[in-house]
Amino acid sequence: MKGTTLMELRILAPTGALGAGFDADALARGLAARPDVIACDAGSTDSGPAALGSGTPKLSARAVTRDLRLLLRGRDELGVPLIIGSCGTSGRDAGVDQVASLCRTIAAEEDLHVKLGLIYSDQPAQRLKDLYDTGRIQPLANAPEIDRELFERGHTVAMMGVEPLREALRKGCDVILAGRASDTALFAALPHMRGADPGLTWHMAKTIECGAACAVPPSANGLLATLRDDHFDVTTLAAGTRLTPRSVAAHTLYENADPYHIAEPSGVLDTTEATYEPVDEQTVRVRGARYLPADGYTNKLEGAELVGYQTVIIGGVRDRVVIDALPKLLPTAERYFDAKILDIFDGEVDPADIDIDYRLYGAGAVLTGSEPDPLTPRELGVLITVTAPDQETAHAIATFVAHASSHLPIAEYDGLVSTLAYPYSPPEMDRGALYRFTLNHVATGVTPTELFRTVTEEL
Amino acid sequence: MTTLLDYCSLIRSKNAGPFTLTFDFMCHDQTAYDALVATGFLNKELFATLYGTTPDQILLVHHPLALAVKVSLPRPAAQGGPHDTDCYAGQQYAPLMDMEIAQT
Repeated sequence: MKGTTLMELRILAPTGALGAGFDADALARGLAARPDVIACDAGSTDSGPAALGSGTPKLSARAVTRDLRLLLRGRDELGVPLIIGSCGTSGRDAGVDQVASLCRTIAAEEDLHVKLGLIYSDQPAQRLKDLYDTGRIQPLANAPEIDRELFERGHTVAMMGVEPLREALRKGCDVILAGRASDTALFAALPHMRGADPGLTWHMAKTIECGAACAVPPSANGLLATLRDDHFDVTTLAAGTRLTPRSVAAHTLYENADPYHIAEPSGVLDTTEATYEPVDEQTVRVRGARYLPADGYTNKLEGAELVGYQTVIIGGVRDRVVIDALPKLLPTAERYFDAKILDIFDGEVDPADIDIDYRLYGAGAVLTGSEPDPLTPRELGVLITVTAPDQETAHAIATFVAHASSHLPIAEYDGLVSTLAYPYSPPEMDRGALYRFTLNHVATGVTPTELFRTVTEEL
Repeated sequence: MTTLLDYCSLIRSKNAGPFTLTFDFMCHDQTAYDALVATGFLNKELFATLYGTTPDQILLVHHPLALAVKVSLPRPAAQGGPHDTDCYAGQQYAPLMDMEIAQT
C-alpha cells in the first residue's frame, strides 16, 4: 500500500493577517480548490505592547470588515469552518468582541447564517496569582523577572493551542473567533481532529501561518496546503508568485529563534529532518518533520502594563557647532530640567518619576549602543520624548523642555542661541499611554482548555 | 574587500517575541553559503560584543536548506518599552552588512 494516498485535507490561509488585505482573485483560486477549512490570524505581539495593554486593535475596523466579509462569503459558499485567531491584534476579550460585532453586522447585511464560537483568553489576576503561588508560572528565554503584584497592574492573555479550537469545531461552530491563539494552532486544529500526522500537520501550519510570506516575491496573499499521509504540498495563490524549496524551508527562520525546534503548547515541532522538493513553479512538497510531545502541557502567557503617558517634540539641527556641542549639552540640560520640575510643580512631581529622552536621528538613534561608526551628519533629527505618570504632567513638562531646548546655551556662542528647528506649532504632541510587555512565561500543570472560555451563538 | 553583504541576498533582523532579537543571513547560493560558513565570521563572540550580551546567551544555527545562518540573542531593550528605538527590530543588522570579512 506504500505510496497510496489514504487521506487528503486542504487548508486555506487567505492572508497573513485579517485586515491586512489580500487579493480577491487569489482567494477565489483558493476557494476553487475546495478547502476543508479556512483559517487566518488577526494578531501578533510584533506590533508592540500597545494593543495588549490598551485593548485597541492595530488595524482598522474598516479593513477588518472588508477582509472578513470576503472570508464569510467564501466560507458560506463551501460550508466549511472559518477560524480566526488573536482577534483585535492582542487576542484580548475586547478584541474578540470587536471582531464578533463586525461579524454580526456582516452576517445581517449578507443574510449569512452561522453558528459562531467565541473563545476568550483573558486571564483574571486571581487565577494568575494562584498559578504563581503554586510555582506554575515559568519564564521562557529572556523573559523579565516578575512578582505576584504584576498581575494586578497589567493585562494578561493566555495563548491557546489546538484543543479549545477543536472543541468549538466539535460543537459544530461554523465561524470561530479566538482570543490569543498560537498562529499555527488555527491551521492545525482541523487536521489534528481528523488524525493527520502531527509532524506534518504542525510543519504545514508553520509554513502557511503568515499567508504567502514565503512566496517569491513575498506577497500579502494566501497559500493553500494539501495535507496527505506522508507529505504536504504548499501552493501559492497569488498571480505572478512562485514557491521554491528554499523559500519554503526559509520560512521556519521567520520571527523565530530556532528554526529546527518550534515550541507549541503540547510539544515541539522538529524540522531537522524535513525535506523540500519542487512539484511545479507554485508548489513545493514537504516531508519529514516530527512532532515531539512535551512531558506536560503549557500555555504561554503574555502581559502588558501601563508605564506612563508621553508627550513628544520633534526638532532638527543644522548648525554644525550645535551638532558638535550636543553630546555635552544634553546631559547638562537633563540636570537643569530636574531642578525646573521641582520648581514648577512645587516639589509635588518627583523628577525621578519623569523620563526625558533625547534621540538624535542621524547620529545613532536607531542602533544606540551597537552603532560602531560615529556619524557626522549635516542635519540631525531630534526626537524628545517626555514620559510622566499622567498626560497633563507629561504635557506641562514638554512645554518647558521644548522652550528650553530651542535655546540651549552653547559655549562657542555668546548671547541667546537658537539651537533647534521645530516643524510644528505648538511643538508638543501628546502621544497617550505607553505600555510595556511584562510576561513571556508559560503556565504549567494546566489542562489544554482550562484557561479558556467558549461561548456560542446562532447568527 | 569582501563584506557580509557580498555573500547575502537578504540580511534581516526581527523580533522573536518581545524579548528576543533574531538575525537571518540568507546567502546568494550554495557557494556563497559554504564560503561564508567557512570564514567563521558569524560567531557568537561578534554578536556578544555588538549587542551587549554574552556568548552563552546566543543561539547560532546553520540552515543549509535555506542557505542561511541564523543568530538569536536577548533583545537589548524590551520591545516597545520606554527606551526601545526599533519596535520591530527591523534595522538592528545594519552595522554587520559592511564589515570586512577576511578570506580563509
